[in-house]
Amino acid sequence: MGDILSLAADNLLSPIVLCFALGVAASLARSDLSVPEAAAKALSIYLLFAIGFKGGVSVSAHGVDMTLGLSLVAGVILSALLPLIAFGLLRAMSGLDRLNAAAVAGHYGSISIVTFVAATSVLESSGIASEGYMVAVAAAMEAPAILSALWLISRGESGRMDANLWREIMLNGSIVLLVGAFFIGMITGEEGLAEISSFVVAPFKGVLCLFLLDMGLVAGRGLAKGGKLLGWGSIAFGIVMPPIGAAFGLLAALGLGLSLGGTVLLMTLSASASYIAVPAAMRVALPEANPSIYLTLSLGVTFPFNLVLGIPLYLAVASFVFGA
Amino acid sequence: MQTHQAKRVEITIEKIMQSRLSDALMKAEVHGFTILPVYGGSGRSGLWDRTGQVGRAEGMVQFICIVREERLDALLTAAFKVVEKHIGVVNITDCEVLRAERF
Repeated sequence: MGDILSLAADNLLSPIVLCFALGVAASLARSDLSVPEAAAKALSIYLLFAIGFKGGVSVSAHGVDMTLGLSLVAGVILSALLPLIAFGLLRAMSGLDRLNAAAVAGHYGSISIVTFVAATSVLESSGIASEGYMVAVAAAMEAPAILSALWLISRGESGRMDANLWREIMLNGSIVLLVGAFFIGMITGEEGLAEISSFVVAPFKGVLCLFLLDMGLVAGRGLAKGGKLLGWGSIAFGIVMPPIGAAFGLLAALGLGLSLGGTVLLMTLSASASYIAVPAAMRVALPEANPSIYLTLSLGVTFPFNLVLGIPLYLAVASFVFGA
Repeated sequence: MQTHQAKRVEITIEKIMQSRLSDALMKAEVHGFTILPVYGGSGRSGLWDRTGQVGRAEGMVQFICIVREERLDALLTAAFKVVEKHIGVVNITDCEVLRAERF
């Protein structure tokens, strides 16, 4: 318990979390602080490229093994399974109807890449290594949850998904960049990293701070606007579901034989909720669902929870399990 | 100067639907339209603005199409299939254009 509290305290006082808190506070106080749209986009491109590239370099150093393929399969299964659990919980805990519950559930099977990036940053700070291919697992976990959510709402019915939507989901910019950078890192290896390390390694945390400042602003605005729409049951779900997802991630990681770092990352991925890919898919496939509910829950409740308390909690639990 | 009667159709719709609406209009042989970014506004969900939108799920665009009256029905039929269930506004106004052959 002491370890968890100590980790949580360290995390709370990290520049990353404090920048996020500044963003939330500024937006709740109605400050005019904002990160220009194009700058926020550039920051996210940088982060995706850097994390993908470093993951690829790590795989090139350690080689490809069977666990990589099994981890990808586990990621897909987790992504497809978690919405079913989330849907049941939501129906039990909140007053959401089937449609909105299914739309929200889809978000909780998919992932938040920023939460993943924050977790890798915490691991790096703690000197804990992880499997580089977890980046590819993150990419694999984006889409299956969308199918599960649509299955929940339209069992036997067709027409919610079309070829365009499939293409948009599978080839959305974040996935293309993440996977592309991963392969570039894998091909160029340590030599490639040495060439651009001053760009992808040294400024990484500073850029992440600025990006999380922007995320804090967005989350704060979301909470201010959409908070009234959420009942206490929904808010409780947004806090209870991440540790449940993380528990499934932990079981999968132990089954796969991942390292401590890889386990924490798989727990974080399973605990996080999407706020980019899935909302876009839901707007097309389930336009009747209320976007304010699922965006506020994933971005305004679950994302801050994971960033501030979830990641240190998952690290502490995994450390306990590993006896580290 | 000689002017000609035409119909101006403004469709404000979610950004995520932009390519679908463009495709539907092109299929209906409505080849002339302009797409503008929408900075912000207010609707049933309250005030919103473009700053701070994290994904493609939020944000709106506006299509402006100017057509001859006889093309209006085809345009609306094509557009309605796309916008029917989505957040947005469709409005039609009379307007005048200078070069009728372009519409």
